[in-house]
Amino acid sequence: MNIIEAIGGRELFTQGDVACAYGALLGGCTFFAGYPITPATEVAEAMSRLLPKIRGVTVQMEDEIASISAVIGASWAGRRAMTATSGPGFSLMMEGIGYACMTETPCVIVNVQRSGPSTGQPTEPAQGDMMQARWGSHGDNELIVLAPNSVQECVDLTRLAFELADRFRNPVFVMTDGEVGHMREKIVLPAAEEIDIRPRPAPSTPPGEFVPFKAVKGKVPEMASFGTGYHTYVTGLTHKESGLPTTDNAEEHTGLIRRICEKITDATDELTRVEMDQDDGATVGIVSYGISSRSAAGAVRLLRAEGMKVSHLRLVTVYPFPERVIRDFAAPLSRVLVPELNLGQICHTVREALDGAAAVEKVSKIGGEIITPDEIVEAVLSSGEPVKV
Amino acid sequence: MKVRFAGFGGQGIVLCGVVFGQAAMLDGKRSIQTQSYGSASRGGLTRSDVCIQADEIYDLLYEEIDVLVAMSQQSCDAFLPGLLPAGHLFYESDMVTPNAEWSGHSLGINATDLAFKQLGRKVVANMIMMGFVNGALGLVSHDALVATVKQKVPPGTGALNIEALGLGIDHARAARAT
Repeated sequence: MNIIEAIGGRELFTQGDVACAYGALLGGCTFFAGYPITPATEVAEAMSRLLPKIRGVTVQMEDEIASISAVIGASWAGRRAMTATSGPGFSLMMEGIGYACMTETPCVIVNVQRSGPSTGQPTEPAQGDMMQARWGSHGDNELIVLAPNSVQECVDLTRLAFELADRFRNPVFVMTDGEVGHMREKIVLPAAEEIDIRPRPAPSTPPGEFVPFKAVKGKVPEMASFGTGYHTYVTGLTHKESGLPTTDNAEEHTGLIRRICEKITDATDELTRVEMDQDDGATVGIVSYGISSRSAAGAVRLLRAEGMKVSHLRLVTVYPFPERVIRDFAAPLSRVLVPELNLGQICHTVREALDGAAAVEKVSKIGGEIITPDEIVEAVLSSGEPVKV
Repeated sequence: MKVRFAGFGGQGIVLCGVVFGQAAMLDGKRSIQTQSYGSASRGGLTRSDVCIQADEIYDLLYEEIDVLVAMSQQSCDAFLPGLLPAGHLFYESDMVTPNAEWSGHSLGINATDLAFKQLGRKVVANMIMMGFVNGALGLVSHDALVATVKQKVPPGTGALNIEALGLGIDHARAARAT
């Protein structure tokens, strides 16, 4: 059965969570391991319905630590693999995510963010895991983080996440939220004949000559899946290019960690996806991402209807952080507002990137309701004092 | 056009919003459906919103609505204050007495009683209500509504649900005639 047959059509009215599952299939995912958690459970439900139809496997694990571990194992077994969770599960997964970074294991993690900390408000949307996505696992590492703001983008960005995970041999996060995850909208999927999924390519060198952690293309090594005749030693310890541990050599540690970080940061421009809506002569701008970017776009429309000039930059890729794009965007601006469903996270990163070039104001909202266009309008029209809505 | 279906968990409120959202999509319009999600949807106050319009939808959270479909007194009391003065109130007349302060347009139907007495299944009261609302306002095309209901209801229940939808439409027609 092809993927479109398994899904049951190309034009559908569906939820963001389910759309993530569709995107995963389009990205070649054939393995899902997860543990149910509101508001991400529908991803697992959809995967459990869909994957058996295309000879894939869905496993309900005993917890989120086991889920990310199973995903890492499946990836090494040659599968494109995903898990989906929300804040509490994301916290548990941090150990495994660090292991995936260190072992350069391609995998996709969907985080349907809910209101925290701890179990917080399970059914309510939030954007409170954005710093955790970047800094949650210990040690130096880099993550690729995408933030959809519509059900269609749940399809498109989850699909893209698999491509990037393979290309950079790194975990990729799709940071959605309870609102996008549970709302329903129209999606359009590609025609079956436009879907071209190929297995992960084998190394270009034969077994015997293959060096598993030696970078060949830029700073990314090729990957030999288990069971394909290649010998690969996989460890979370600092390792040589052979994969074998080397835990007391500064040069080898530095080389490895710099390489696994730089393979992402060197590709920042290539990885950056933004929507830039600049208004000539504007001195005020909004930098947004995820569900809040949708409200921000609405706010921009309302403000312009009143004759005000305002620019808007939406981050589709949140990490690696597109510092250069932010600086270019803010060059003509004196104020930049960052609406978020948290008490201020990405606003700090924006502030650091701008380094005083413009005043960065957070527009924070927590409690379980999304920020509205009117609330962002109010913040823009305010005197520049930090706004709590 | 912002439409809110509201009632108590188990009445099929969420499905109402999903059906109208999908039918609007089939009509070539933009639509978004959102819902209350929590323990309330298993027995307490529940709502399902659908926003239908021709262009891009930015506002996903709204206090002001154009249409309120109230299937319980609690939901009518909770959401009637948000109904715009030019808006339309539809209510389950055996369960809801609209606040006397509401002076706008309103239409009641005893959907649950009709479902039980005429079709033998209380569970299709939501279909009667959907037919009633669409019969009165024409929010979506009849063909899109029927196609969506057929696709969304459990296998083997299509005919019953379509009959219930038709019953609601007939009552809207009768209400218009008076």
